[in-house]
Amino acid sequence: MGTKHLIEIRDMYKIYELGDEPVHALDGVSLSVDDGEFVAIMGSSGSGKSTMLNILGCLDTPTKGSYLLDGVEVAARTATELAHIRNEKLGFVFQNFNLLPRTSALENVELPDLYMGRLSLRSRRKRALELLKRVGLGGRHSHTPAQLSGGQQQRVAIARALMNNPPVVFADEPTGNLDTKSSIEIMNLFTELSHEGITIVMVTHEDDIAAYAKRHIVMRDGRVMCDDHGEGGMKTTEQVSQLVKEALS
Amino acid sequence: MSMWMIFKVAVRAIFRNKTRSLLTCLGIIVGIAAVIAVMAIGQGAQTMMVKEISSMGNNLVMVFPEGRGHGPVSGGMGQGQTMTAGDAEAIKKELSHLVQGVSPQVRSNVQMMYASKNWAGNVQGVSTDIVLISNWVVEEGRFFSEEEEKRAARVCVVGTTVKKNLFQDEDPIGKTIRLKNITFKVVGVLGSKGANNWGQDQDDVVMAPYTSVQRYLQRSKFANINMMNLSLISMDDLDEAKREVGALLRQRHHLADYQDDDFETRDTTEIMNTIGSVTGLMTVLLTAVAAISLLVGGIGIMNIMLVSVTERIKEIGLRMAIGATPANILMQFLLEAVVLSTVGGAVGVVVGIAGAEFIGSVKGWPILIQTGSTIAAFAFSAVVGVFFGFYPAWRASKLNPIDCLRYE
Repeated sequence: MGTKHLIEIRDMYKIYELGDEPVHALDGVSLSVDDGEFVAIMGSSGSGKSTMLNILGCLDTPTKGSYLLDGVEVAARTATELAHIRNEKLGFVFQNFNLLPRTSALENVELPDLYMGRLSLRSRRKRALELLKRVGLGGRHSHTPAQLSGGQQQRVAIARALMNNPPVVFADEPTGNLDTKSSIEIMNLFTELSHEGITIVMVTHEDDIAAYAKRHIVMRDGRVMCDDHGEGGMKTTEQVSQLVKEALS
Repeated sequence: MSMWMIFKVAVRAIFRNKTRSLLTCLGIIVGIAAVIAVMAIGQGAQTMMVKEISSMGNNLVMVFPEGRGHGPVSGGMGQGQTMTAGDAEAIKKELSHLVQGVSPQVRSNVQMMYASKNWAGNVQGVSTDIVLISNWVVEEGRFFSEEEEKRAARVCVVGTTVKKNLFQDEDPIGKTIRLKNITFKVVGVLGSKGANNWGQDQDDVVMAPYTSVQRYLQRSKFANINMMNLSLISMDDLDEAKREVGALLRQRHHLADYQDDDFETRDTTEIMNTIGSVTGLMTVLLTAVAAISLLVGGIGIMNIMLVSVTERIKEIGLRMAIGATPANILMQFLLEAVVLSTVGGAVGVVVGIAGAEFIGSVKGWPILIQTGSTIAAFAFSAVVGVFFGFYPAWRASKLNPIDCLRYE
């Protein structure tokens, strides 16, 4: 076994039957992510990075292959089992925030625990307020998404992702709908969370956003073209661009 | 997620689309209100009919002599001449374990006169038992006594209609009226019973001892009576009583085994059964109408829930992504449908009761709202919600979270 990885996938295939020819969205991918890593999965659209994130996030199941999450095989589970896994072990941050409309920030953050039912009403409220404070929205817990800016909505989404204290947070183009200033704020927040030991797996196609991550994985046609394993320390945007260019050449 | 939380989510979703929710409820409201109102009116009518029939008598069984033909000529019911007051006395004496009262009845249509007033009416010759048998109340004065019955005294009691027509405001007690020019003393006035089911005025009556009617008004050489009214101790013994009365009468009338009965018994259960079958048919029809209206309301709910699922597909995807199980999603949408239908049901019950009371007061119909059927109608609205809400909720629960999140 060696060291136990937080995420370990082996020979993962995702094949869609579209028309006559099967499309290999994932074509035999193997990789592992350890506790505390900050990973950026990069690639152009159609490279399979979103499919990868969906499977890693237990939102989708692979056609073939094994996926050990926290040492547990999760590749072939029922919808209900996957729902429990997502609830207890995974946090999600989406490109378009996906907050419940006309629902306060506080209630949005509380939601994952409502499905888990672990905390009492008071401690749930207390934890949600703490998380909102942590993402810098201390005074805005009663605001609805419509009353918040894009950056603020994404902060609420991050607080929600952390509600059940998951070992890993998945982010799908978290800055895709944000302006530059908000993007920087959100990425700084992710960096802080990473320093606190939270594992982050992020999908992006922007080199400057990927530069915030420690490890970079470049994909094309359902395969991993390059994985720097976080070696060589933090990279600048230019270094990331260079990495991607080399990987795809 | 606890049921209470899911319930709150469902209620909140309903309040987000107030107009739509109201219109959806309306289908159920109309259905339930119609059921409640029609049932209240129908049951009111039935209860009134049953009450009127029981007002005819107390565990009443009527025995008529059967008109046996003389050659080619058949007599009508009550026209046979085989039944006598002796039969009534025999029944009273020998079947006292089954029968609590027997009254022979002889009728005579006469012109009644008091002072300058006159009135054509029916004189019934009865025994004192008739008070018990037919639930008569003596309002003023007294009923004639057994002693007066025995000696065929010329006394009588009058119904309110007769009193009104002969005496107007005068006190009839102790006054003498003339029946077929024979004087009878009025000793009492009967309490009003109103019209019976057939619209006949039960108060248009004069009652005298049957002995007196036979002797002074019929003046017949036969001792026959028109009928007998019996009051059973209990309706449970109806069949046994009919059998024993029959056996006794056959014996008294010296009927051989091959001969048919020369009498016929009737009781109110037959009439009740007829009413029961009519109202039973009505109930079936109303249930059908109710089922159709609730079906339409239910389809409305299903339609709206399908729209609601599509509209909130992103919410479903998000909820699933953060840990909602298919069962959680199913329950959320199912509860929403059930809340819509039960709120509709509750409002429908209120509207139905108010509507029935309103129609009843305008039309002067009796209204009977039964708790049982009201609860049943309300419970049925919940069933409609579960039935028609299940398919949309099931569809929502089977959705794939990625497809939902990607849905545009």
